[in-house]
Amino acid sequence: MMADDEPILSARGLSLSFGAVRALDEVSIDLWPGEVLAIVGESGSGKSTLLRALAGEMRPDAGRVTYRDASGEALEVHAMGEPALRRLARTEWGFVRQDARDGLRMGVSAGGNVGERLMAVGARHYGDIRTEAERWLERVEISPSRIDDRPGQFSGGMRQRLQIARTLVTRPRLVFMDEPTGGLDVSVQARLLDLIRGLVSDLGIAVVLVTHDIAAARLLAHRLVVMRHGRVVEEGLTDRVLDDPRHPYTQLLVSSVLAA
Amino acid sequence: MSDWVLKAEGLSKGFTLHLQGGVRIPVLRDAGLVVAPGECVALSGPSGAGKSTLMRLLQGNYGADEGAILICRADGSVADLATASPREVNGLRRDTIGHVSQFLRVIPRVPALEVVAAPLLARGVARELALARAQALLRRLNLPDRLHALPPATFSGGEQQRVNLARGFVADFPLVLLDEPTASLDAANREVVIALIGEAKARGAALVGIFHDLDVRGRVADRVVEVLPLREAA
Ligand SMILES: Nc1ncnc2c1ncn2[C@@H]1O[C@H](COP(=O)(O)OP(=O)(O)OP(=O)(O)O)[C@@H](O)[C@H]1O
Ligand SMILES: Nc1ncnc2c1ncn2[C@@H]1O[C@H](COP(=O)(O)OP(=O)(O)OP(=O)(O)O)[C@@H](O)[C@H]1O
Ligand SMILES: [Mg+2]
Ligand SMILES: [Mg+2]
Repeated sequence: MMADDEPILSARGLSLSFGAVRALDEVSIDLWPGEVLAIVGESGSGKSTLLRALAGEMRPDAGRVTYRDASGEALEVHAMGEPALRRLARTEWGFVRQDARDGLRMGVSAGGNVGERLMAVGARHYGDIRTEAERWLERVEISPSRIDDRPGQFSGGMRQRLQIARTLVTRPRLVFMDEPTGGLDVSVQARLLDLIRGLVSDLGIAVVLVTHDIAAARLLAHRLVVMRHGRVVEEGLTDRVLDDPRHPYTQLLVSSVLAA
Repeated sequence: MSDWVLKAEGLSKGFTLHLQGGVRIPVLRDAGLVVAPGECVALSGPSGAGKSTLMRLLQGNYGADEGAILICRADGSVADLATASPREVNGLRRDTIGHVSQFLRVIPRVPALEVVAAPLLARGVARELALARAQALLRRLNLPDRLHALPPATFSGGEQQRVNLARGFVADFPLVLLDEPTASLDAANREVVIALIGEAKARGAALVGIFHDLDVRGRVADRVVEVLPLREAA
């Protein structure tokens, strides 16, 4: 009970520059267990950089990221060292990439892609792994008869659903998603969003979702963060930020979408 | 039990339109409203006066510039919606504040039955029970069974509104907000809504509504509160 009152992930004062570009400028955020936080903002505003800094993939020039693990221990993401970080990424975290080819192993079958993550957390029994992989393929609406096909034989939407199955099969506590519906056509996006919505609420996963799709943010997120030029310009309850935006940039962002 | 469920005081709300050169639109100044358990209060006033704005403040959808929106939860604890954190607002919406908006916001691919059961599921009610209660309420609102398993995206305006109403009444919220709940309903379904409001009052819920249908308003509202445009109020 206590643990739910504390953030699962906290970032304080994250700054990161690439030469003259300040990709992150004093960014602080909190994420609570089971909560979906969406990060929106224009291209180049630092969303992906923030996600990678949160996940320990990119080291900030300043600031820190604290993750509270399943046992309740507070871990400094940028101080724990590579092996500990890799273990976390394998067990308690997941990452869904915009380009499924970056999140999948293209030379391995669909079943192998899902089973591999299970094996990485200790599953050994071949039959169980295959059964669980089949279950997850069904769950993401891929026919189990495709279990031995490679992702290269799949459509973009199927590939993205496979990536989601691969990520969620180990039931991570925290998942980072970078434009999970980017590059797909609209009808495929809607199906994927609905799938993500259902899985995330069924499994009670905490999610940091980077998206430029305001409607997706409204559908999925409990809270919204608006970024511009590496800074958080506005944040709060999703529907309040979208329906009663205060910052000039948020008003511009909201006014440029049709009835999100 | 406290003698009010909702006590809003000193509420001010305006909008600054940065894309229109920063023009400022004041809408509410020092507005207040107290609603007792078992009471239904109707908001009235000319178009543009700020009725919907006030409703949105009470739901947490708009943020107040000033003032307090005190809400008494079922366990007797009090929260101030005006200063609550996003997580607290989400908690209040789950347990305390029911809301029937003017139009249903359709979620792609989610069947009507699930849309209606969602508030119960969010509170941890067992799935079978939640679906059974959702179904009973949809039937009461005369939504044909064959529609229950379909997503409401293709429903008519009146069918969507009945899904929306069922969702707002399926759980026993201490506070129920109704924005034009009968606007697109036929006479028979209007009667069902009037009965649902009566039952909510009987179990001690506080209700706030905007009813453009004066017959409905006369039959459900215990009191009418005028929301006046600022110039006239000043
Ligand atoms: N590895 C890098 N080397 C140099 N500059 C980088 C690097 N990664 C990001 N940047 C710069 O940092 C800024 C923020 O980039 P980032 O990818 O975080 O933006 P974004 O908000 O995700 O944009 P988009 O919506 O287009 O994906 C940009 O100006 C980008 O060019
Ligand atoms: N999100 C918003 N941004 C800017 N102005 C707004 C916003 N919401 C409401 N307003 C303005 O606030 C004023 C009051 O509007 P509101 O919708 O509350 O009136 P109402 O009393 O409900 O009217 P009606 O009876 O026509 O529904 C209007 O001038 C409206 O344009
Ligand atoms: Mg990016
Ligand atoms: Mg109105």
